Amino acid sequence: MPTIIVNDAPYEVREGQNLLQACLSLGFDIPYFCWHPALHAVGACRQCAVKQFRDGADRHGDIVMACMTPAAEGTRIAIDDPDAKAFRASVIEWLMINHPHDCPVCDEGGECHLQDMTVMTGHNYRRYRFTKRTFRNQDLGPFINHEMNRCIQCYRCRRFYRDYAGGTDFEVFGSHDRLYFGRPQEGPLESEFSGNLAEVCPTGVFTDKTFKAHSSRQWDLQVAPSVCVHCGLGCNTLPGERYGELRRIRNRYHARLNGYFLCDRGRFGYDFVNSERRIRRPLLQADGTAGQAPGSPEAALQQAAAWFSEGRPVIGIGSPRASLEANFALRALVGEANFYAGLAGNELTLLEAILATLQRGPVPAADLQEVSQADTVLVLGEDLTNTAPLLDLALRQLERPVGFGRAARIQVPVWNAAGHQAVVQQEKAPLWIATPCVTKLDTIASGIHRASPAGLARLGQAIAHRLDAQISDVPELDDVATALAEQISAALAAAKRPVVICGTSTGCRALVETAANIAWALHSGGRSARIVLTVPECNSMGLALLQPAGGLEAALERLTGEPAPAVVVLENDLFRRAPADQVEALLSRAAGCAVIDHTLTATGERAPVVLPAATYAECTGTLINNEGRAQRFFQVLPPAGEVQASWRWIRDLAAAAGRTEMAAWQRRDDVQAAMVQALTLLQGVEAAAPGWNFRVLGDKIPRQGFRYSGRTAIQAQIDVHEPAPPPDPDAPLNFSMEGYGGTPPPALLSHYWAPGWNSVQSLNKFQEEIAGPLRGGDAGERLLKPALQQEIPYHPAASAVSRDGEDRWQAVRLYEIYGSEELSVIAPAVAERVPAAYVALGPEEAAALQIAEGELLRIGLDDRALMLPARLRPGLPARTVGLPWGVPGLPYWDEATRITVSKDGRHE
Amino acid sequence: METPLTEHIHPDKPPLDIDAYRKVGGYAALDQALRMAPEDIIRQVEEAHLRGRGGAGFPTGRKWSFIPKGPDAVHPKYIVVNADEMEPATFKDRVLLEGNPHQLIEGIVIAACAVQADIGYVFLRQAYRRAERRLRRALAEAYHEGWLGRDIQGSGFSFDLHLHVSAGRYICGEETALISALEGRRPVPRAKPPFPPVAGLWGKPTVVNNVETLCNVPHILRKGPEWFRGLSRCGDGGTKIYGASGRVQRPGAWELPMGTPMREIFEDRAGGMAEGYRFRGVIPGGGSTDFLVEAHLDTPMDFDSIQKAGSRMGTGCILVLDDRTCPVGMVLNLMRFFAQESCGWCTPCREGLPWIVRLLEAIECGQGIAADLEQLRRHAELLAPGHTFCALAPGAVEPLSSALHYFEADFERHIRQHRCPWS
Repeated sequence: MPTIIVNDAPYEVREGQNLLQACLSLGFDIPYFCWHPALHAVGACRQCAVKQFRDGADRHGDIVMACMTPAAEGTRIAIDDPDAKAFRASVIEWLMINHPHDCPVCDEGGECHLQDMTVMTGHNYRRYRFTKRTFRNQDLGPFINHEMNRCIQCYRCRRFYRDYAGGTDFEVFGSHDRLYFGRPQEGPLESEFSGNLAEVCPTGVFTDKTFKAHSSRQWDLQVAPSVCVHCGLGCNTLPGERYGELRRIRNRYHARLNGYFLCDRGRFGYDFVNSERRIRRPLLQADGTAGQAPGSPEAALQQAAAWFSEGRPVIGIGSPRASLEANFALRALVGEANFYAGLAGNELTLLEAILATLQRGPVPAADLQEVSQADTVLVLGEDLTNTAPLLDLALRQLERPVGFGRAARIQVPVWNAAGHQAVVQQEKAPLWIATPCVTKLDTIASGIHRASPAGLARLGQAIAHRLDAQISDVPELDDVATALAEQISAALAAAKRPVVICGTSTGCRALVETAANIAWALHSGGRSARIVLTVPECNSMGLALLQPAGGLEAALERLTGEPAPAVVVLENDLFRRAPADQVEALLSRAAGCAVIDHTLTATGERAPVVLPAATYAECTGTLINNEGRAQRFFQVLPPAGEVQASWRWIRDLAAAAGRTEMAAWQRRDDVQAAMVQALTLLQGVEAAAPGWNFRVLGDKIPRQGFRYSGRTAIQAQIDVHEPAPPPDPDAPLNFSMEGYGGTPPPALLSHYWAPGWNSVQSLNKFQEEIAGPLRGGDAGERLLKPALQQEIPYHPAASAVSRDGEDRWQAVRLYEIYGSEELSVIAPAVAERVPAAYVALGPEEAAALQIAEGELLRIGLDDRALMLPARLRPGLPARTVGLPWGVPGLPYWDEATRITVSKDGRHE
Repeated sequence: METPLTEHIHPDKPPLDIDAYRKVGGYAALDQALRMAPEDIIRQVEEAHLRGRGGAGFPTGRKWSFIPKGPDAVHPKYIVVNADEMEPATFKDRVLLEGNPHQLIEGIVIAACAVQADIGYVFLRQAYRRAERRLRRALAEAYHEGWLGRDIQGSGFSFDLHLHVSAGRYICGEETALISALEGRRPVPRAKPPFPPVAGLWGKPTVVNNVETLCNVPHILRKGPEWFRGLSRCGDGGTKIYGASGRVQRPGAWELPMGTPMREIFEDRAGGMAEGYRFRGVIPGGGSTDFLVEAHLDTPMDFDSIQKAGSRMGTGCILVLDDRTCPVGMVLNLMRFFAQESCGWCTPCREGLPWIVRLLEAIECGQGIAADLEQLRRHAELLAPGHTFCALAPGAVEPLSSALHYFEADFERHIRQHRCPWS
């Protein structure tokens, strides 16, 4: 550990850092703009100037940029040197020449790094007496607002968008003092990570357009730590509320998971919480009519409780998008034999295979941080950009072996971002992608393979066989696939930290099993292998851990029995999970049906009883991500109307049905205690975050920042007395400004603020070291630990039914980041980006059929016919169409659906 | 007096074609170099005391010695020729590019032999259209005659040379910005380290040399380092192409011994001031060097002497300020150029130079205030080496800070009289 001398005092710092990073880690304040902990140093803004001295005798010294100077042994600097201070003040003065000083109307105001740095350097008096330059702004789509006049040209946006996130439609244009950061022409930013610009930009050039639409000041937001519900990765978020409305999502730092960034679906999908489709009061169907009318909770509960008292069997249908608490409560209500996953049987099987892989196999799941530090990665089947976007971002950071090696040899550190990039250049990543269709990550991959899911499983098995001969080889593999299997297995075998990535998106269990075999074979060969198995929804893993009795088909089967059972459906639109006729049959056969959900879906519309559930923003609960990490999300706002957490509805139902043991559940912690007792697998879930009774110095943690305004006036038109904050029986958090003002444990941390640091950059003050874990350790608890046994439980040879070469049409699932996920599409900003339903064909097939891009095709899904525009997607195999999965406008289909394709109405 | 660089350059005639160039001894040095050990070539160039003619005066042989060599070295290695001559008042490379392109090509290939480079690029200023035509023809001839390409003259050494015409920015003269431009990126200077000899073009070892520097190389090899040192009137070897512009009798460029006093260039070659003009000062080495005045006229024009006098020799092309030209206006003109040519990467240059321009504009049109001079001085101090990312802004403020020193009274008159006294 080198020792550096700062302001005449010695400090030990970690090897291989620059001075800025080292000094910030030590707690010094040095102003900066172009440096970003994830983007590193380029030396452009010149704001972090300090004085460096050759030795103790040197009193003159030289101004250097802290970000571009290594914190090497014996480095001697002064931060408070008068020359350095004067220079730093000049830099701010220059940056402020053209800045519009529109803080009072700027969305960034109050969390603006430029404001903070300006105050820090002490510049306040304007000496520039000439006119300012101005720009025209661009419409960058529904997510990001553009206000170029505020720009201070730090280049962070461009560096994040292109160099870090791989975007191509954003650049810096012009030169000298007329630089323009934007798109070549107006239009939506194409990157899936564009929302991060709002946090990367040190001032108000790029701001959250959805937040602007909800217009609020950041200091007026009530914020609680949360977890993203729009995919299975479990990125940490900070939703903010004002006046009963959720107004924005900001990144919540987690060193092992999302780090500094979120994807746009996760950031902008929140508006479903504010949707008009929200259910605010119980809905009841009058007998014999189809219409629903609002009813009292008592009436609704009474109606549903009657099924229990009638002695009818009641089955519960759980949900991968409902909390662990809600699912467990339902399971407890109906009994484990009557608890079904709200998923098609095939999807449940896939989740069970993933669970089994992580529970019984020797290879642990990789977190996102481990993925970005892998030295070889194989992606099997997943279009990660669209199914698990932050994995895409993690893979873009993979070390390029040749260039990184050279850079290390010639001693160009990674923190010297531009210098490092000049050495590494355009080298491909040690990444191998085998998917049914072209993916955005292909451009950085060392090798790409296209095949049907069954074909991919065969390739996977061939790779696994080459890594461990115990696994049988694949007969009759074609030459291309054989050569690729050789290449990939050699690359994996040569790796020290290989990662295999697969998931549920192809619907192919054999593929998941073969991915497990590859990872296990690597493990048995002595490699420190990791596996990532992505799951579609925020609590898919939690649902699987509750060991449902079966999928929807099994539930339907139960309904044929006598007496016909009643059904309780938890936070689930079954029409997205199974063919419509099956769901209709299920709903019509049920003796009664209660739907507990926050949003009215096609399923809810058909239910006699609908109970208004809380969204993730309105209750506290637990989600299990794809790694098996339990994470707590906390209630952000008290819900309007009769809304309450799903588990509370289920408890009330239990109470109405006379089930006293459940009726006693008063707090989320009570449900937790019951589930840990019922399922040993869930032990550890309580460690995800402190319980409701956690206090610091006797205080709860405030959800509102200390600058929260208007608390005495906010309801003055109703009552001049300040209302008491609502109680929160579930969390150690207050709906108020009052409470412990210091730093709480990371799981409860929702405000990044330190004196002088009002922007998101204040995160520096909460980390053990810059870009390291939060002080107190990263939140969440891994429930699944690898099994330490001698024998590796290899899955038997790929059992996927291959229809390759058959003449009948096959369909593969294509995923859309905006469209395939149920809740985010309700958010107006995301809805704007959802593509209309389409059918994708390989260019060869399209040429054979004489179909042009955009031409309408008649697609038969069993008996239903749809006219869909054709889209050409390179890579799709012959006789295969790609259909966007879950996108509005397409009915449910699956691998069993008979597909027909015809042109001009004629069947071919 | 020998003038090896310009001996075969005649302003009114086209350049020598390859046959004519061969007849006067051309490519003999390359022929020799192809049979020499690379380190011997480098040693000769080092012994000749050849210093880079682009402006910084870095010893050429030493620069070449930084390139990793031997069987383990990274390939391809590159030679990049900086022919992006955009320094205000400078036109010495143009003489060589238009006058004798084969001399340059020969120098490049010898340099390639010395550092075992595989590929070369001539990065040419966009406005040099005639040079482009002549260079293209010479390249074609050299390829045709086997002085470029695979297995040059049966030596086993292969080297390809390409001509790249710049899109036209002053910053491309900065060697790392030039490399960025060649790679198709924005011409923004790069962080050093890594230095180009270690990781330059496409991340590979790269030598960047000025046109005039390379044109000297064939002569060093042909006639030896001792002869080359003997050409000079100072410790640095060789001749130098000096230029003069401004209101002098005969503006032009001349090849003279390195270290020729400024007065000889100004009076003997340029013929002193034009009729009716009086000398006030001189910028000795292109627009980004400090003014010198009458007292400095006897300074030898070499890197070290001019530096001692308080300026830089730069490109060796002097720009003379006369008594009928407003010094504020002249500095403003230069500052407009540098502000426009700032790449926009670092704050002091991007924002500081336009501020200087605004201040000078205000002063020049009679709207200056006393505090403006303080602002100008502050900027001249702040835009210092190390404060900015590259040398553009520190160079740009050299004429400003020296003008504030030597012509302070003129600035003050502008402010006092609320007008330009020359207008």
